[in-house]
Order: sequence, then C-alpha cells, then structure tokens
Amino acid sequence: MGDLGWGVGFLLPALAGVGLFVIFPLFQAMFLATRGTDIRGNPTRDVGLANFAGLFTADFGRVLLHTLVFTLIVVIGGTVVPMTLAVPLAQRLAGTKVFRTLFTLPFAYSASTASVVWLIMVNPSMSPINWVLGLVHIPPPDWTTSSGWAMFTTAWITLWMTSGFNLLVLSAALAGMDQEVIEASRLDGASGWRALSRIVLPMISPSLFFVIVTTTLTALQALGQVQVTTNGGPNDATRTLVFSIYDLAFANGNSLYGPACAQGLVLLLIGILLAVLQFGVLERRVHYR
Amino acid sequence: MTIQQADNEQAPQATPAPAAGGRRPGRAPRRSTAVTAPSRARATATYVWLVVAAVILLFPVLLTVVGGFVQTFALVHQPPGLFSGHYTLDSYHNALTQRVVPLLPAFANSLFVAGVIMLGNLVTSCLAAYALVFLKIPLRTPLFWLFLATIMIPYEAIVVPNALFVRVLGLGDHRIALVLPFLANGFGVFLMRQAFRQFPVELHQAAQLDGCGHLRFLNSIVLPTVRPALTALAVWSFLQGWNMYFWPLIISSTNNSLNTLQTAIFSLKNNDQSAPDLLLAGIAITLIPTLLLVIFGQRWLVRGFTAGAVK
Repeated sequence: MGDLGWGVGFLLPALAGVGLFVIFPLFQAMFLATRGTDIRGNPTRDVGLANFAGLFTADFGRVLLHTLVFTLIVVIGGTVVPMTLAVPLAQRLAGTKVFRTLFTLPFAYSASTASVVWLIMVNPSMSPINWVLGLVHIPPPDWTTSSGWAMFTTAWITLWMTSGFNLLVLSAALAGMDQEVIEASRLDGASGWRALSRIVLPMISPSLFFVIVTTTLTALQALGQVQVTTNGGPNDATRTLVFSIYDLAFANGNSLYGPACAQGLVLLLIGILLAVLQFGVLERRVHYR
Repeated sequence: MTIQQADNEQAPQATPAPAAGGRRPGRAPRRSTAVTAPSRARATATYVWLVVAAVILLFPVLLTVVGGFVQTFALVHQPPGLFSGHYTLDSYHNALTQRVVPLLPAFANSLFVAGVIMLGNLVTSCLAAYALVFLKIPLRTPLFWLFLATIMIPYEAIVVPNALFVRVLGLGDHRIALVLPFLANGFGVFLMRQAFRQFPVELHQAAQLDGCGHLRFLNSIVLPTVRPALTALAVWSFLQGWNMYFWPLIISSTNNSLNTLQTAIFSLKNNDQSAPDLLLAGIAITLIPTLLLVIFGQRWLVRGFTAGAVK
C-alpha cells in the first residue's frame, strides 16, 4: 500500500469528525436559517429570509448591545485584574509562587460551578459581600434581580473564571522579558508607570494581545454564567447572543431553530472577524522580540 | 514561544530596580512594575495588595473547599460561618446519596465524556498530523488549512444543527451523543502537526528503507519524542470535556440519566431542597480533577492553550 492509501486511512477519522460535526453543520445552519418549525418541533417549510429579517429588529439590537456590554466588562476586567496581580508577582518576593498558584485556581471552575458558587456569594441570607458592605453602611444591591447589577454579576463571574488563566499567561510573559532592555531603561531613568506603559507593556504585547482575543471569545461564548445565574433576566437584561441562541432553540421546548441558526451565523461572522483581526492586522503591529 | 517560565531560575536577581523616583513609598503597588526595587515599604505594600486581592478573588474558592464540611445552620449566616470548628461529612454524604439529582452516575458520565474526548482527540489528531507531515499525499496543504479554518468556528454557531443531527441519527438518548461531536478537532491536528514537524525527515526515510511500517514508526519512534505536545493536548482536551456545559445541557434535557456533573450541579441548584452546603459539596466533587490539573499541570495547560497563538 502506498502513501496515498495510508494517508486516506490516517486522515479519515479526523476528517470524518470535523466534516460531520463542524463543516456539514455549518452549511446545515445556513439551510436551517431559512426554515420554520412545525408543531412537533421539527424544521419544516421554507420561510425565505424572514429569520434574517429578525436580525434587524430592536429586540435583536438589544441582544447585541447586551453582548457588547458583557464582553467589554469581561475583556477589560479580565485583562486589567490579572495584570495588577502579575506585575507585583513578577517582583519575586518571598511567597509569590504560592500567591500565583492560588490566583490561578478560578481557572479550574466551569461555567456552572462558578455560577452556583457566586450565586451563594451574593445570596442575601449569607453573602459575605453584603456583610462587608453592611460594615460600612452601604445598602447591598440586588445582585441578580436588578437589570444593571445582573449584567455586572454575570460578567464578573466570567471575568473571575478567566482571571486565573490570564494571570498564568501574563506572568509567563513578564518572566520571559529581555532583562537587558529593562536594565537599559533603568539606567535611562524610566520608572514606575512610565516603565510599565512604555517598556513592559509593549514588550509583552503578543501575550497581552493573546489574552484579549481569547478572553473576547470566552465572553462571546459564555452561556452557563447567564443561564445559571439569571436565565437571561430580569426582563431580558442579560440576554446575550449565545443565551438567545440557546433560549430560542432549546429552552422550554421553544424549538425556534430557524431564528437560532440565523443568530448563530451572526456569531460565526463575529468569530471570523476576530480571527482575521488576530492573524492579520494586529499580529503585525504587536512587538516581537 | 514567548510563553516560557524558564527564566525564573536563571536570573534570580533579574528584577532590576529603579528606586521609584518621586513616588511616595507605601503607595498601592498596582502602580509598581516588574522593574521595581523591592524596597521594604514597597514590599509591604505589595503584600497588602496581594492579600486584599486574594481575599476578594479567592473567598469563593475557600467557600467551595470548606463550605461542604459545615452544617447548614452555620453556613447560612452573614457572613457564612466557615470556622466554627465543627466539621462534618454529612453534606458530602447527602450530596452523594440524595435521589433528586444523583451525582454518582453524573460523575461516571463526566469521566466518560472527558476520557473519551481526550482519547478521541489524541488518536484522530496524531493520525491526521502524521499523514500531513510524513506522507506524500495530494492536497496536503489545503487539508491542513481546512483543519486550521475549523478552529475559528464558534461552537455555538453550529450547536443547533448538531443537536438535530444527533437526534436524526437516533442517538439522542445514548451516552455516545455526549461525546460524538468532539472526537476530532482542528486544534488538536494543528498542535500535533507543529510537534511532528520538529522531527527530522531523514529519520523517517531511513526507517522506511529499513522496512519500518507507518504505524510502528508513529507509535514507537515519533510519539515518544513529542510527549510534551501529547501531554498538552491530553490535558487540554480532558479539561474541555470535563467542563463542557452547553452540549450536555441540551442532551440531558430530555434524559436526566445523561447528566454530567456540570449539568447535575445546575439541576441541584434549581431544586429548592438543596441547601448551600450540599451544593458546595457537589461543586467540590466536580472540581477535584480540574483543581488537581490547575495546581500540578500548570505548564501543560499554558502550553496547550497558547500553542500556536503566541509564537
């Protein structure tokens, strides 16, 4: 048997897996997006572009707005918070290794475990956060039942989950920095905030960029944090794109596959844009050693 | 790769040190940088900040670890009473024996899901990568790009057709449905291909001349040399499988016996009878493998998750 025979045999399992469950469903999604749903919850007649027209409504506009706000909170917080830990940890004081390991622990949590733990953290009958606020006489907010705070809480849980991994990446980047450049900048009198913004951040920009892109994807794809914590509420205030897809297609026997697929294609478009951004434009701009 | 912690040991004095000029000592160290001298006041400030951050970020972890050992009446108190000194295994016992959402079958399902997805990924990725690197076949490059392109498709965009497809196949009620869509993925192929490319091609040709078959060559010569990449892929796919939520939520919604621990925790939370200590015990059980991986497998995780992206 020649290389070709072996090649086909070796490639077949992976091609079948990816072909049947990634590439074929992609086209199937485009097809389903033009379909309605029959009374037993199966895709049925052609409804033309009606489901796509649904993407240009105020309701879907709000879904996109929620997704944007959610993603912005997660990405900004999920980068800044680990950075404020990675930089002091890079001083290599005694015990920083232990601290670093501890700070990565949230990475072990899944969407549902993190959400349920944080639900307990903000449960009014036992919330340690409300207790601290009470000490300084601040009335605690309705963490999951008022629209503004519900968005913050779901985003915070996601931010918290990503902080552990992002800290690992940023710490490794700081540890791998070229010490000669830092030494030179020190002799030139750069210090504190200036050194951070002009020298350290540009030097770790590939890792910083990686963190921003992966965190954006994590935020865009977050389902459990919303579904477990608020179930999209109150009054759809935390209805994000992925939650909307889940809700339309699978929640309460809704079975609205067509609209869900149309919204899925919007997510696909965003994903492709991010990938193009990652591999194309910005990769060339970040600093490489 | 920029991601490397190797420098740690080589340069112990390597955090050089502009004594921050006009900056008041004791200021919040979040303003300090890697290029800062650990003067005493600064070191103190750093520790203060680290402790404050640890209290905020790690209290949920403490709650998870300790909460399951505390009785309900002590835990449901503001602030939760974690240090009463009375610890019991009752909540763990209840969590594992309650009939509402059985956790032991869910644990078995989770192990099945993570284990099979891990094995599936290792096998399909290694075979495909071998063909892409060592075999002279047409369309090698386009096939590689095809695998690479599938990485950027967000899973949630294709989850609806996948669910309908599994239902059409008549597998909706079968355990295999939990893992079927995840046995191969472009990222694994990509990771293994990059690893195999480090392998000298001459050695492959020499082995061929000696009559060494492809499977034997892959198994006994190539794989042992790419163990770091294999471990990274194994750890990565196990963690993905264990923590997966959206897909098992769909599959188990029609058949509770297909709950994984992740969806079981959600169902438990939805049940009013579940006291917080019972939930926390269930969560702690769910976290056992992932916490171990995060504590002891950090370098594999970083390597797996960042491979290809930062290089």
